[in-house]
Amino acid sequence: MDKTPPTEPRQSWTFSREVNAEIRRAAETGIYDIRGGGAKRRVPHFDDLLFLGASMSRYPLEGYREKCGTGVTLGTRFAKKPIELKIPVTIAGMSFGALSGNAKEALGRGATLAGTSTTTGDGGMTEEERGHSEKLVYQYLPSRYGMNPDDLRRADAIEIVVGQGAKPGGGGMLLGQKITERVAGMRDLPVGIDQRSACRHPDWTGPDDLEIKILELREITNWEKPIYIKVGGARPYYDTALAVKAGADVVVLDGMQGGTAATQDVFIENVGQPTLACIRPAVQALQDLGMHREVQLVVSGGIRSGADMAKALALGADAVAIGTAALVALGDNDPKWESEYQKLGTTTGAYDDWHEGRDPAGITTQDPALAARLDPVEGGRRLRNYLNVMTLECQTLARACGKSHVHNLEPEDLCALTMEAAAMARVPLAGTDWWPGKPGF
Amino acid sequence: MTVLDMAQLSLREINETLQGAAKAQANAAYEIANPRGAHAVAVGLDGPLAVTVKGSTGYYCAGMNKEAAITVEGSAGPGVAENMMSGTVTIEGDASQYAGATGHGGLLNIKGNASSRCGISMKGIDIVVHGSIGHMSAFMAQKGNLVVLGDAGEALGDSLYEARIFVRGAVKSLGADCVEKEMRPEHLALLADLLAKAGAEAKPEEFRRYGSARTLYNFNIDHADAY
Ligand SMILES: Cc1cc2nc3c(=O)[nH]c(=O)nc-3n(C[C@H](O)[C@H](O)[C@H](O)COP(=O)(O)O)c2cc1C
Repeated sequence: MDKTPPTEPRQSWTFSREVNAEIRRAAETGIYDIRGGGAKRRVPHFDDLLFLGASMSRYPLEGYREKCGTGVTLGTRFAKKPIELKIPVTIAGMSFGALSGNAKEALGRGATLAGTSTTTGDGGMTEEERGHSEKLVYQYLPSRYGMNPDDLRRADAIEIVVGQGAKPGGGGMLLGQKITERVAGMRDLPVGIDQRSACRHPDWTGPDDLEIKILELREITNWEKPIYIKVGGARPYYDTALAVKAGADVVVLDGMQGGTAATQDVFIENVGQPTLACIRPAVQALQDLGMHREVQLVVSGGIRSGADMAKALALGADAVAIGTAALVALGDNDPKWESEYQKLGTTTGAYDDWHEGRDPAGITTQDPALAARLDPVEGGRRLRNYLNVMTLECQTLARACGKSHVHNLEPEDLCALTMEAAAMARVPLAGTDWWPGKPGF
Repeated sequence: MTVLDMAQLSLREINETLQGAAKAQANAAYEIANPRGAHAVAVGLDGPLAVTVKGSTGYYCAGMNKEAAITVEGSAGPGVAENMMSGTVTIEGDASQYAGATGHGGLLNIKGNASSRCGISMKGIDIVVHGSIGHMSAFMAQKGNLVVLGDAGEALGDSLYEARIFVRGAVKSLGADCVEKEMRPEHLALLADLLAKAGAEAKPEEFRRYGSARTLYNFNIDHADAY
């Protein structure tokens, strides 16, 4: 009898289990997938860079004995009262509404203990965060929810949000489950409706208008506050140049891995450039305009450690900002909630339905019982510890490269592990003195 | 009455003087001469103060106003009285785009016409336009009242929330989720009050009321082609 050998069951790369599951989900529900977090696909990142360290031609600094400065001043260009941070890492803007009041308070406490600033978000300024943040950046968003001149004046800086790395060109979204009475009141909206914030500002359209808008904001606040412009990682060279032209004191540049509270998955995964690819063009724009270090550059999107921070600084950033990592430090996606994640059909590390407001860790929720799970004092302590560790790590790497301030790190201290990272960071591929696009080759 | 001359003083000097006078709560009166289309004139006032601008202004005149009464004896550029909290802003001439954008309170009284996006994202402000308004007015308007004695352009009230719109003349078209609504006695009373405050010669009965059909408040795939 003729016996044909059986073929191994073979899964398709193109139609993987995940892809097919998404097709079935779409067919079932008729609506795209909305989720929180940043891009989950692997993109070239800081992991693909290494520091060279000191050697025959470079002197290292003695760990713990020789000083390695970490301070940074933001807003030196026009503001009468620039912001002085002890460490070059800040807490990114995350909205009250997306986050609970306790979470906002914990962020304020942790940032203050560590000597840095925190930032409001869509939905306005809460007492929790103003009260517990020594330095608070007030976001000026297209929705203008809760926007008022009193909060503008009691902020320490103003951040005009043009875009976010998770969704350059997208507006905000807060679904009905999270629009409680307090959230709705702050936004002047009915309770329980799905709330989509606009993707464009209501009263200016381009960099020329924005320049006048900035003039107005400065006139309202007596030219005291640093004015940041936040852009998603779309066209970093031109976006940075235009932000400078519009009169920014600080440019905040958020790459595609940057988190969001709620956005369509298709948007998160398919729009914008990786953080690593954004930094050099932005720094180039600042250098071309003679504004590097004069207008400060804050980079965010997938910053997780002192190593990421050190690499971003070496590529020319003045500071970094963190969103997701700060939430993880507070307890987001903690394994201790695994049984509850299972009940929600997910698992530790993968939980991203932040828009549904059922966060077991009590962070991305407006449910009072869940929110009570996060102790803001303990959360603040954890965040402070984490920020301190990031800073120590960054200093360790800077000293190894012989730098007495973390801002003295430079591209020359780095090499890349992959061609892609070499091209994006414009540093040599390890073992060579070449990167793709290097002039003269 | 103190006169501040923009031909002599810088914008900063003028705003600083006005902001200080408003804060002093002294109910003082100021006149701004030679505005010549300057931007950000009389912004961020916080207190009772009367300001008369003798001419036309550029962008964002009276931005974020609280309590002050500001009159522009001319026309106003884009974003007049943007994000106003309270007080009264009167424009004797016409207003450009986004008049009263995101305003939270107070009265914006435009004696002439207003351009496109009048009352965009308004959050509680009352706006009375004696003439006509341009397209996309009251886009995503959340709260407050927009009263128009003339006509309204295309896509009036697109994606609006709980703001009320009253138009006496013709409406070129309504935006997504905006519908004509019944004029009940409480609306007539409200309108009579707003018309009186704005010194507008019109009868409430001559207006039609528009508001949200509320079909887009919670996402429903069957309404996807409305977006
Ligand atoms: C829960 C959450 C809410 C956010 N809300 C806002 C917001 O209101 N405004 C804004 O500009 N960015 C918002 N962001 C983006 C952050 O400001 C920041 O750009 C991003 O989180 C940085 O990337 P990372 O999360 O990888 O650190 C939010 C992010 C998260 C995770």
